[in-house]
Amino acid sequence: MLNALDKTMLEKVADLHEIPQGAFNIRKNGVGVQRNTTDNIDIVTKADKSGIDVIVKPYTKGESVHIPVIVTEEAINDVVYNTFEIGEYSDVLVVAGCGIHNSGCHKSQHDGIHNFYVRRGAKLKYVEKHYGQGEGTGERVLNPKTIIEAEEGAVVELEMIQIKGIDHTKRDTEIRLMDKAKLVVTERLLTYKDQDAESNITVELIGADSSAQIISRSVAQDNSKQEFFFDLVGRNKGRGHIQCDAIIMHNAQVLSTPKISARHSEAQLIHEAAIGRIESEQLIKLMSMGFSESEAEDTILNGFLK
Amino acid sequence: MLEIQNVSLGLNEEKGVEILKEINLKFLEKKIYVITGPNGGGKSSLAKLIMGVYNPTAGKILLDGQDITNLSITERARLGIGYAFQNPPRFKGIKVKELLKMAASHNPETVNICDLLYDVGLCAQDYLNRDVDSSLSGGEMKRIEIATVLARNLKLAVFDEPEAGIDLWSFQKLAETFKNIHLKYDTTIVIISHQERIMELADEIILMSNGMISDQSERDTILARILNNDACLCGSNCAKGVNQNAQCAG
Repeated sequence: MLNALDKTMLEKVADLHEIPQGAFNIRKNGVGVQRNTTDNIDIVTKADKSGIDVIVKPYTKGESVHIPVIVTEEAINDVVYNTFEIGEYSDVLVVAGCGIHNSGCHKSQHDGIHNFYVRRGAKLKYVEKHYGQGEGTGERVLNPKTIIEAEEGAVVELEMIQIKGIDHTKRDTEIRLMDKAKLVVTERLLTYKDQDAESNITVELIGADSSAQIISRSVAQDNSKQEFFFDLVGRNKGRGHIQCDAIIMHNAQVLSTPKISARHSEAQLIHEAAIGRIESEQLIKLMSMGFSESEAEDTILNGFLK
Repeated sequence: MLEIQNVSLGLNEEKGVEILKEINLKFLEKKIYVITGPNGGGKSSLAKLIMGVYNPTAGKILLDGQDITNLSITERARLGIGYAFQNPPRFKGIKVKELLKMAASHNPETVNICDLLYDVGLCAQDYLNRDVDSSLSGGEMKRIEIATVLARNLKLAVFDEPEAGIDLWSFQKLAETFKNIHLKYDTTIVIISHQERIMELADEIILMSNGMISDQSERDTILARILNNDACLCGSNCAKGVNQNAQCAG
């Protein structure tokens, strides 16, 4: 059963204070501990490997699926394969947070490999939050991989948030959009101390009139390192826009590699990237309203990462 | 209220480049002052000096008799000084509503944020939830900037060219707003401006050029002088048709 620490972790990664409404599956230290299904959403344990199949029936509206993962022991190496079948014309929210509490001195790692099939006309909002805590020296490692295939007219909103706490992360995201499919990706990342984070996002506009917008904002503090690689591939008539912004502080390093590949004459692709310090004018403005310098800095960063 | 005593501001002390030279000014309570004069004359530098963005190389600044020369921007803000930027910075991810709430957070009175927007000629329902980022035009940013200063109960509010980028149609509204500040608070207002209509609001007009105060008088006296003077205010001997290889006199 879930103890107080588990509940704190759940709150951080899934905004859950109590056991969630609707469908959910809570995985703790490599095993499923609690599950609930509804008339429209089924969750089935995979027979061949570790992981679950989440099946959302066509035309399911306004339901949610929470699949938080918590790791509270050291020396855990958990790899999980989850498959999501989002039925035609459904409209659902999937929240898949992962929290690691490592108070030991050995590495704890969770690698979630998520495959989404978003069927024709369906709407999916997928939120992935990462959180780490614990006093130990054991490293907290998360390497998620997300593959999304959006069929004709599907709308996918993807929110990926990782604020502090995770020592190493390598995030791979691959998305394929068919005719008239629409995608919005929001990425928020904050690293500090000696953390490093790598994020690779590839989006392919395969169908006609598909569109993609990727908004990535990150803050790198202390000695942390961040590396971004974006590839937006236009294989058909469609629009894509990548906007990535990083605020760099202290001795941090940020590398951003933009790539836009047009393989069709009617593909319109834009990439905007900027890395810089907090503008002194922004600090002065907030200080002239009565904020201290550190309050001003926090306000700017909080807004930026919201 | 605010006294500026023998204040100088040097950029490069070795070379002795002085942006402001021995400025002496006294701002009285509840009055409106307009500072005008040619570009590069030191007006904005004086405003930043009052806010504490720049520190003077010589002289003193007193607020109600208290020496604030060495106080930080934050400390001055908390004592009741406010400053509206000429080029306000933008904030990604912060909404108009949030910025105005932050501005009003030190005001002991309850401030109606929608009224603030109305006072600067913006429709609250259209703007409250917009981000204060590059999606706003220059004129919109200027109005929001003015609103952040109006949100506070200040002893002294400095506006740096508030009219820049604001369309002619909204100008009257803005002028009224400045006039009405005194209905609510006893704020002393200093406006840097080139606009006759703003100058008409002033109790006193201060003319600055070459880092010095070249004239200071009641509104009507100085307005008559400025409007009747066709000569350039910068004081240098500028001439048309100078050979482009000529050395600048420095």
